[in-house]
Amino acid sequence: MIHVKNLSKRFGAVRAVDGISFDVAEGEILGFLGPNGAGKTTTIRILTCYHPADAGLATVMGYDVFRESMQVRRNVGYLPESAPLYPEMRAREYLDFRARLHGMGADDRRAAIKRVTEGCWLGEFIDRPIGQLSKGMRQRVGLADALIHDPKVLVLDEPTIGLDPTQIRQTRNLIQELGKRHTILLCSHILHEVEQICTRAIIIQSGRIVARGKPDELRRKISAESPLIAEIRGPADEVKRAVGALSGVGSVKLETVSGWNRLAIMVTNQADVREDVFKLAAGKGWSLREMRREIASLEDFFVKITAAQQDVGA
Amino acid sequence: MRNVTTLTRRELSVFFYSPIAYVVLAVFLGVTGAFFVKDNFLPGAEASLRITFGYYLPVVLVFVMPLLTMRLLSEEFRGGTIETLMTAPVSDVDVILGKFLGTMVFYAVMLVATLLYVVLVWAYGPLDVGLVLCTYFGLILLGALYVSVGLFFSACTRNQVVAGLCTLVLLAVITLLANYLARDQEGIIRVLLQHVSVLAHFQDFARGLVDTNHLIFFVTTTACFLFLAVKVLESRRWR
Repeated sequence: MIHVKNLSKRFGAVRAVDGISFDVAEGEILGFLGPNGAGKTTTIRILTCYHPADAGLATVMGYDVFRESMQVRRNVGYLPESAPLYPEMRAREYLDFRARLHGMGADDRRAAIKRVTEGCWLGEFIDRPIGQLSKGMRQRVGLADALIHDPKVLVLDEPTIGLDPTQIRQTRNLIQELGKRHTILLCSHILHEVEQICTRAIIIQSGRIVARGKPDELRRKISAESPLIAEIRGPADEVKRAVGALSGVGSVKLETVSGWNRLAIMVTNQADVREDVFKLAAGKGWSLREMRREIASLEDFFVKITAAQQDVGA
Repeated sequence: MRNVTTLTRRELSVFFYSPIAYVVLAVFLGVTGAFFVKDNFLPGAEASLRITFGYYLPVVLVFVMPLLTMRLLSEEFRGGTIETLMTAPVSDVDVILGKFLGTMVFYAVMLVATLLYVVLVWAYGPLDVGLVLCTYFGLILLGALYVSVGLFFSACTRNQVVAGLCTLVLLAVITLLANYLARDQEGIIRVLLQHVSVLAHFQDFARGLVDTNHLIFFVTTTACFLFLAVKVLESRRWR
């Protein structure tokens, strides 16, 4: 559905997008992750035909975004980050205006407005001027606008930003529902949102892709590097030495807090040393009061690679 | 074409929604009304609107038109709605034409309101229909030029005030200054200034004369500014 190859865009001296390539297959929900200023919005704007790229290729449903711009626009529903709307128009008027721009006839428009009103829960405020709506309502109108012409491809830039927790949950459910019938490119820096909704994720930083894969694949890449936490009461040096001597243990960090030693155990080759630690502590008569594996989250991964600017299997 | 109609209708609805349009209309009619009364109701004067329509009206428009045009694109840039507009399946030309025609329709409403003056003077003498039509035709051409200048400057900046001021200055220069300066100059500069002077071109219309020279001036300069506006809008994509 979406094919991007070696896309680049510069703004003056700043390389906003620097030779990125990726694909989005039909029916996928791709999460586009990255810190602010990474190039997510610029990439999206290139795909929606707002900016032309400096180099590279981008096609949506086979149409080139530069040469066949109108066809791309007809098939893409775009919700920009700020969900811009005209404050003086009523929601229904606005949706009607946008539907007209997509060349829809009167009957089609009426049906479409009904469809998106139900789908995006606009019912109670559909006839209110947009200037009077709350942020969450405006976001939903913006989403309705993206859906009004029933496009095959949806591009959503931070769709849950600024919403309250209930609305966030509703919007995420909505996006998951939409994912069944549309191909979605979702931009976010809310990591667990991407983990929940997306079938695949791409992490972009400074205009380059630094990681890609299914959310749990990415998480697994670092769970091997997550420590096992254990709290043992015993003589600190001896505890550290003994635990470090267990097979499968790579390194041990020890911290003594009010009589208890808190160990962060790094394992090699994804070994599970929990039973060994228990047996060791029991054998030496040391009390063991907590043992848990820190589940690495995508957030740790994200912070780690964007901070270190590592390139992990990209 | 259909897109242009949709955009024109929306633009027009914005005019009628915004308070500034009504204020502008009121001020326009108020000021032209004052000039109308001052010049025409004098004993022994000719029952003619040539001074009011031929001189004062364009001058008032120089100050009034920027107020109408300054928000046209600047507002979209500020509000971010330019992004949804330029990613919809409408061309940049459609956008400019839609805004241009929307403003022209509102301007036409303003002109219709001035028919009042025609009716009032008609009470004092026979109506020269040709002259009236010719004058209004000239006013439409004049208005088109002013709107296109305003639209161009609005496309150049996010700041409405800057757009309005630049429009005002350019319109003042080509309408008022050019005519005034031309009197003191000689030779090629005089000719140049006279060719640029909007008033010089418009006055013949107010006299009932449709000279293709003037027609072409208005049409080509309007087209020129509209073209520039399209180009400036296109260039936004690259920035």
